[in-house]
Amino acid sequence: MTLGLINANPVVQAKKEGLVRREDQYRDDGVDPLEMTKYVRDIRDPEHPYTLEQLRVVSEESVTVDDKLDRILITFTPTIQHCSMANIIGLCLRAKLKECLQLHYKVDIRVSPGSHADEVSVNKQLNDKERVVAALENPNLRQLVDECIYSDEI
Amino acid sequence: MDLMEKNLELVEIQKLEGHTDRVWSVAWNPVSSQADGVSPILASCSGDNTVRIWEQSSLSRSWTCKTVLEETHTRTVRSCAWSPSGQLLATASFDGTTGIWKNYGSEFDCISTLEGHENEVKSVSWNASGSHLATCSRDKSVWIWEVLEGNEYDCAAVLTGHTQDVKMVQWHPTMDVLFSCSYDNTIKVWWSEDDDGEYQCVQTLGESNNGHSSTVWSISFNAAGDKMVTCSDDLTLKIWGTDIARMQSGEDYAPWIHLCTLSGYHDRTIYSAHWSRDDIIASGAGDNAIRLFVDSKVDSVDGPSYNLLLKKNKAHENDVNSVQWSPGEGNRLLASASDDGMVKIWQLATKP
Repeated sequence: MTLGLINANPVVQAKKEGLVRREDQYRDDGVDPLEMTKYVRDIRDPEHPYTLEQLRVVSEESVTVDDKLDRILITFTPTIQHCSMANIIGLCLRAKLKECLQLHYKVDIRVSPGSHADEVSVNKQLNDKERVVAALENPNLRQLVDECIYSDEI
Repeated sequence: MDLMEKNLELVEIQKLEGHTDRVWSVAWNPVSSQADGVSPILASCSGDNTVRIWEQSSLSRSWTCKTVLEETHTRTVRSCAWSPSGQLLATASFDGTTGIWKNYGSEFDCISTLEGHENEVKSVSWNASGSHLATCSRDKSVWIWEVLEGNEYDCAAVLTGHTQDVKMVQWHPTMDVLFSCSYDNTIKVWWSEDDDGEYQCVQTLGESNNGHSSTVWSISFNAAGDKMVTCSDDLTLKIWGTDIARMQSGEDYAPWIHLCTLSGYHDRTIYSAHWSRDDIIASGAGDNAIRLFVDSKVDSVDGPSYNLLLKKNKAHENDVNSVQWSPGEGNRLLASASDDGMVKIWQLATKP
């Protein structure tokens, strides 16, 4: 862990109130991307006292649902190209979704294309199930992740 | 017997419940699953930090959990392997240790704990004679351990070379040649030329050898040991072959070459592949399905080709992490393990 903040001056936007539901057709038991966004937008950034939504790390466009194949793709945009917190943010997204989602959805998490210098290696690690499980079993990492995903309850 | 002509199906014999977290791996006891008059035994290991031993009752034919190996590993048990004699069970854990358990029939005792890896141990494998064990880890190394008298284990070698997390190790079925596969997308072959315990990496199967383009999750050999199948996050299975006679003559190392790639059959990571004694390759993948492949037996200058024999959709309610054929002759039993916390026993049978 570096001593200084990776990004000392993040751009912060106001929290959006009342996201408007679109008139799209979703299965009754299907997953609504808007619902998904609600789960993840309030996750606190690991470095700054702002939510992922406020830092524009996630937005409504972050979630893509394939209802036929029961797959969800989440893309997130780290605040800077060399963000070393990208893996932590990815873990937070997975941990939060694991609680909210029905078990049978497959979730893929990626950094938005072009948003990170190590895009390929970050994406690979975030989608290696075994690595994610082992990381979340690490008490230090787990604590950091919990602080980020439960911050609104603290 | 042409398998493709028979109308085959994978029938679920039983669902084994008990683990309280995902099941990562299953292993058939090599002795009790084959001998007449002895009940087949299966070990399963889980994210609940335990290993369960399941046995089939000779009377009722149903499977029950005989014993739970717990209070030893403090984190996920990722894989387990029986020694060739069936007397010992090795368990590889994310807690960085490998447990060695002695099989006393209705009880198991942890007789030794192998330490040394810097972080999670992913896989463990016994060689054909049971004289050595291999383990691998996220620390990028492969360790070889020698089995000594009196439940003692000595580290015989620490093999470095992989540039990333090593996912699985597998000894060749007949020779003391060790194979490892990794997050670095390669398969490495380790051999001690003078049989003096000095293992070297004699071959690396990477993209330039028609190898995988993403993490390689598992390796399995056919019974003859002249072919192996590997599976990957790149959504393919690859078949490799070697001149086994040349290798067995001990003259020099016979390299493995790529024979065939099975692509277009999987659209999620393939976590496990296993080659049965009667040449059926089973795969377990992240789309909850089990697939079976057989050699098409079509003579071609391009080498062998494989056909999909059948696909079992929704074999589990979540990712299939491990598939293993029973070593027994003729029964065509397959065990599978999943993120849904279940172990299932299947039978490949002709449709009625």
